[in-house]
Amino acid sequence: WKEVDMERFGDEADVLIVGGGPAGLSAACKLKLLANEQGKDLRVCLVEKAAEIGGHTLSGACIEPRSLEELFPNWREMGAPLKTEVKEDKFSYLTEKARIPIPVLPGMPMSNHGNYIVRLGNVVRWLGEQAEALGVEIYPGYAASEVLFHEDGSVKGIATNDVGIHKDGSPKETFERGMELHAKVTIFSEGCHGHLAKQLYKKFDLRKDCEPQTYGIGFKELWEIDPALHQPGKVEHTIGWPFDNNTYGGTFLYHLDEGPLIVVGIVVGLDYKNPYLSPFREFQRFKHHPSIEPLFRTGKRIGYGARALNEGGVQSIPKLTFPGGCLIGCSPGFMNVPKIKGTHNAMKSGMLAAESVFDLVTDEEKVSQSPTAGLEPVKYEENLKNSWLWKELHSVRNVRPSFNTSLGTVGGVIYTGLFYWIMRGKEPWTLHHGGPDNAKLKPAKECKVIDYPRPDGVVSFDLLTSVALTGTNHDHDQPAHLTLMDDSVPVNHNLAIYDGPEQRFCPAGVYEYVELEDGSGKRLQINAQNCIHCKTCDIKDPSQNINWVCPQGGEGPAYNGM
Amino acid sequence: MSGFRILVGCKRVIDYAVKVRVKPDKTGVVTEGVKHSMNPFDEIAVEEAVRMKEKKLASEIIAVSCGPQQCQETLRTALAMGVDRAIHVITEPKEYESMQPIHVSKILSKIATEEKADLVIVGKQAIDDDCNQTGQMTASLLDWPQATFASKIEKSNGDLSVMREIDGGLETIKVKVPAVLTSDLRLNEPRYATLPNIMKAKKKPLVTKKPSDYGVDITPRQEIVSVEDPPVRQAGQKVESVEELVTKLKEAGLV
Repeated sequence: WKEVDMERFGDEADVLIVGGGPAGLSAACKLKLLANEQGKDLRVCLVEKAAEIGGHTLSGACIEPRSLEELFPNWREMGAPLKTEVKEDKFSYLTEKARIPIPVLPGMPMSNHGNYIVRLGNVVRWLGEQAEALGVEIYPGYAASEVLFHEDGSVKGIATNDVGIHKDGSPKETFERGMELHAKVTIFSEGCHGHLAKQLYKKFDLRKDCEPQTYGIGFKELWEIDPALHQPGKVEHTIGWPFDNNTYGGTFLYHLDEGPLIVVGIVVGLDYKNPYLSPFREFQRFKHHPSIEPLFRTGKRIGYGARALNEGGVQSIPKLTFPGGCLIGCSPGFMNVPKIKGTHNAMKSGMLAAESVFDLVTDEEKVSQSPTAGLEPVKYEENLKNSWLWKELHSVRNVRPSFNTSLGTVGGVIYTGLFYWIMRGKEPWTLHHGGPDNAKLKPAKECKVIDYPRPDGVVSFDLLTSVALTGTNHDHDQPAHLTLMDDSVPVNHNLAIYDGPEQRFCPAGVYEYVELEDGSGKRLQINAQNCIHCKTCDIKDPSQNINWVCPQGGEGPAYNGM
Repeated sequence: MSGFRILVGCKRVIDYAVKVRVKPDKTGVVTEGVKHSMNPFDEIAVEEAVRMKEKKLASEIIAVSCGPQQCQETLRTALAMGVDRAIHVITEPKEYESMQPIHVSKILSKIATEEKADLVIVGKQAIDDDCNQTGQMTASLLDWPQATFASKIEKSNGDLSVMREIDGGLETIKVKVPAVLTSDLRLNEPRYATLPNIMKAKKKPLVTKKPSDYGVDITPRQEIVSVEDPPVRQAGQKVESVEELVTKLKEAGLV
């Protein structure tokens, strides 16, 4: 490293957005819409770690068009890819062989009247096109890896990661230093469990008045099926099998009006207790349920992916602003869990942030009055708490925690039916989550091993074949981006007490306990190249020893309309 | 003496890490929404041209890409790596599906003449069709010497000394300029297109032209009859002895 020039090139924007998902792009579009409306010049830059906008986007998804309507009232004429209106909405409780329908009454959170089934990656790509047309500078393939601070401690911007470093940490010939992007306000929209947000929570103590975030892991597959079995507009959600009564989980199956394509997936609460549980294998065996297996037997799987999602609701929302920036979207976490919808809220938070940030950066008086060099858009948090977003989240706040009693899933359903449907969340109490997900695992010796059926290669598949479908790739000769804070912990703690749960909860087969050559035990092998950036390991590791950092920009999965 | 004027060909192809899928109607592979990037061998070609400019052997580099609108992203990457200007020869997506090296080489040779290029450098082959024809056809149309599968290019008085990777090993030849070179894997390791350079690349000239501007007719000369997955590998059989092997081969009518 001696002769390497470590100087970084820097550039200045008015507003910087980290992450090009629904929230980040809505904020970008709104900022430029406001600027163009008022004839003001505003340089808005957006960096995104995926090689293409939409490349790391993964969601069910059945979305409420509410926020899109607010952002672009004539989205239909503009060609936004919301092609499938929900026509049929079914909710069921599964047993191993049977399917018991539960009526979906209007007003219940899982009622989808007026909503659209979409391929969110395509919607995000469309939003990216609109943002570029409005004048936003979008830079896909560049990952923000470091937050930069002014001397007064406020956020100055970000730096993208250095590229061209060997696995052992030495520089390659192609080494290039990352670039610094500075802005008066930096909006962080990294999605669920962002790695920079993790640093910001610590630095500004943003989580001191809220509960820890709780999460789920979502899996999704895209299938081409027999046209005779295709029912565009059909939405199916289930609870029950394959989960036991004490594991929070559910499934979704949507028929898109293009194709004949369907999407099928599963969400498993990451507060599960049995370290032998493999969310991936639960998903694979779910597809064998007699009520849906025929769809897959004659179909072809064309996509697979997974991503963590936030389930904490209002109890887990941190302080959203800090000097120099703010947090939007699934990063602080606005998902409505009973509806399993977070996109409309993510977009709304982006739009609210944009309004507040715009007012702030274009008002010279406010800029000069700011106590710090980086500006804090305090109005954003105020406006968000007064908006429909907060009302909506507040009304469903008790649904998810109601599943955590000893009555498990059944208890949750009863609570939702009684209190949510009747009282719409107006009950005066607020239930709590009972601690972070990583603390919920029981030691392996207290739990039963789960005997999963072998994949049959037609309906269900093994992990590595599935990972190949994500198109994920990382330069193998770079430092592993899944870092361990203490190298001895995996074998001495995770393996010894919990039988190495990371080899089961990672949806990409990154973590493997392999025998040492001399037969004296095992070691943890990290296959960082397989990573699909889902963030589950950083969340669920019982020793919180795994720290996900960003690999080189442009790497990771290559999802196509997922 | 002034440096070489170099023309570099860049093809936009499906990214090498993506799992390719055949379209259900068997007319081709799925490209809609799939991640694309610059052909890896063309990245090597661009890198070589940029290094020649840094060594003051070249004075100007022009990148060319033929295809639909998205080719401009590929050209921006080339500009960010150090190319001076870019020419996008635009075609409709449908026309692009039937475009062949013969068409591209005609376009490249016309541009090389127009731009008074001294060198045309392209990747040895594209990773989607593996044709390995464009460089050679371009040399023939221009009646220029060619040095293909180059793994080292050095200046030798006024000409070039090129080491080529061939089946038998390595061959070094002397090539008079102007010439066509095609790059092989070990020629160099391409640099990363850094963000500051991507930003600067937006200001570099990129012109859009049509094949007809160069008098090239891209009517297809081939018809793709069908595109299919390779047959699924059948399970093999284990035999216990040589006699059993011979018996089985006879049963299958192979001996």
